[in-house]
Amino acid sequence: MPNQIALGEIAPGCAKVDPILVADNVTRQFGGLTAVDVAHVEIPRGQITALIGPNGAGKTTFFNLLTGFDKPNTGTWIFDGKNLAGVASYKVARMGMVRTFQLTKALSLLTVMENMRLGYQNQTGENPLAAMFRWVWRKQENQVTEIATELLTRFKLVDKSEDFAASLSGGQRKLLEMARALMTKPTLVMLDEPMAGVNPALTQSLLDHIKGLKAEGMTVLFVEHDMHMVRHISDWVIVMAEGKIVAEGPPAEVMRNPAVIDAYLGAHHDSDLGATSIKKDNA
Amino acid sequence: MEQILSNALGELLTPMTAAYALAAIGIAMHFGFTGLLNFGQAAYMLVGAYAFAMANLAGLGLVPAVLLSFAASIVLSLILGIPTLRLRSDYLAIVTIAAAEILRFIVSTTGLNDVTGGPQGLSGFAKEFYALNPFPVGEYGFWAWSMDEKGLWVRVVAWSLVILGALFVAQMIRSPWGRVIKGIREDEDAVRSLGKNVYSYKMQSLIIGGLLGTLAGIVFVLPRAVQPGNYGTGLTFFIWTILLLGGASTVLGPIIGSMIFWVLLSLTEGLLSAGVSSGIITFIQQDQIGGIRFMLVGLGLMLLVIFRPQGIFGNKKELYFNA
Repeated sequence: MPNQIALGEIAPGCAKVDPILVADNVTRQFGGLTAVDVAHVEIPRGQITALIGPNGAGKTTFFNLLTGFDKPNTGTWIFDGKNLAGVASYKVARMGMVRTFQLTKALSLLTVMENMRLGYQNQTGENPLAAMFRWVWRKQENQVTEIATELLTRFKLVDKSEDFAASLSGGQRKLLEMARALMTKPTLVMLDEPMAGVNPALTQSLLDHIKGLKAEGMTVLFVEHDMHMVRHISDWVIVMAEGKIVAEGPPAEVMRNPAVIDAYLGAHHDSDLGATSIKKDNA
Repeated sequence: MEQILSNALGELLTPMTAAYALAAIGIAMHFGFTGLLNFGQAAYMLVGAYAFAMANLAGLGLVPAVLLSFAASIVLSLILGIPTLRLRSDYLAIVTIAAAEILRFIVSTTGLNDVTGGPQGLSGFAKEFYALNPFPVGEYGFWAWSMDEKGLWVRVVAWSLVILGALFVAQMIRSPWGRVIKGIREDEDAVRSLGKNVYSYKMQSLIIGGLLGTLAGIVFVLPRAVQPGNYGTGLTFFIWTILLLGGASTVLGPIIGSMIFWVLLSLTEGLLSAGVSSGIITFIQQDQIGGIRFMLVGLGLMLLVIFRPQGIFGNKKELYFNA
C-alpha cells in the first residue's frame, strides 16, 4: 500500500516525503543515564504527528532539546532548512517552532488578554526606548488585541479576557497556552501532553482545535500517553522507549507493532491498546 | 508635643524621603515587576553619590557629572547582571549584596583618600547645583514645613525627580515592554517559549532600576556630604522595608511608603524621647531610643508581611492566587 507520508519502507527513522524537522544523532545524558539517544528522525510537514512512549522514555527531554530548552551532548537538527543545534530557545520560537509545556505555564498574574498579547512577535512597544511613547505602539497594540480576541473567541475564552490567568481552570489554562502559542504565528506547533489533566468534555474541544491547526496548514507534533486520542487525531505516530525511537508508522499499524506492545505494555500485551483502563489480565 | 508632631510631619517632604522613594521605585522595577532580587540598591546609590561628587569636584560641571553617574550605574548593572541573570534569581541577590559591601569598603580605604576622601568622604561638591537656585534668599513654607531658599530648591528638584521617575516607570509598565517584564516575573520559560530574549529584558530592567537608584544617590547627597558609612546594608534594607510597606508591584507605593517610614521613625523617636525625659517610660535610657525605634520598625515590618503582604497600595486580588 503506498503511503503519502513516508518515503520508501516504514521503519524507525525512515525518510519522509516532505520533512519539516530532521534530527540526527541527538543524545542527552544525565550522569550515567542516557535519556535521549535518537539516531535519526524526520517529522512530516503539514501532518499531526504523535510522539508516544512509556514514562521515562525521553519524550519531554527530546522536546526540550529540539526547542533549545536543554542542551544535548551530541546531535544536530534542521528545521525548515535551518540548522537549530545550539540555537537559543527564544530564537527557535521566532523561527516558527513554538512549544507548550507539560505543566501548564499560564502567566498567573497577567490577564488572559495580556497572556495572549505577549505571544505576538516583533512588537514595537517591546523595545524599551519605544515603550515610553504610547502613540508609537498604540496602532500595533490594537491590531494585536484584535487577533487575540479572534483566537480567544475560537477557544471560548473571550469572556475571561480581563480575568487573571490564575483564575482559569486547569483545562482552560491548557487552551490559553495553546491559543497563546498560536499568537506567534508558528509553522510547527509542539504540544507537550496537551490532554493531561483535562476533563473529557474539554478534551474533545482540544482535539478539534488540534485538527484545526492542521487544517490551517500548520504542522503539529505532540506528546501523549492516551492511545485513544493518538489514534483519533494523528496521521503519524513515533514511539520512543528508553530514549530511542523503536517504531513509527500510521497509528493503526504502529499499535499492532510487537516492539511497541513490548515497550508500552509489557505483560499486558493481550489487552486492547485502545482501552483507557487496562484491567483484563490474562495471566 | 507639637514639636514632636511638626518634626515628624516635616519628614514628609525632606530630600531624604524623596531619595528613599526614588531608590524604592528602582527596586519596585527590579523586584515588584521583574522578579529580580536586588539586595544591593545601596551600591547604586553609592555609585551615584560618589560619581556625582567626584565629577563636580573635578570641575566637570553639573550635567556631565549626572551623565557620568548614569554611565557608572550602567557599568555596575552590566558587571552584576552578565554573570548572574542567566542563573536563578537568588544568585543575583547574593552578588548584589556582596557588591554593595565591596564598593563601600573600596571607597572608604585610606589609600584612596585623594580620590574618594576615604573614611571622611567628600563634601562641598554641590556648589554648582545651588548656584542654579532660582529662589531668592529668604524663609519659605509654614509650620512643619519651613525652610530656607536652599532647602526649597533641593525639595523642588528632589520631588520633581520622584514624580518624573514614577511617571516613567508607570508608563513603561503599561507598555508591551512592561508586559514582557511582568511575564518574566511570572514564568521565564513561558516568555522564552514565546520568542522573547529574557536575558536581555532582565538586563534592561536591572539597568533602569539601577539608574533610579543612582538618581536617588545623587538626590540623597545634594543637601549633605558623601559619607561611606551611609551606604551599608542597612540602607538597602530600609529601602526594602519602604517597598514592602507601600506595595512591591505598585508605583505609588514606594513614594507613600517612604513618607510613612520616615514620619513613623521620627514620631516614635519623638514620643519615646518625650516619654523618657518626662519619666513616664522608666525602663529605657535616652541613648537607647535610637536602637529601639529600629526594633519597632522591624516589628512593624513583620506585622506588615504577615497581615498585609501586598503592601498598602497592593492589589489584594493578586494575593488570592499566590501559592
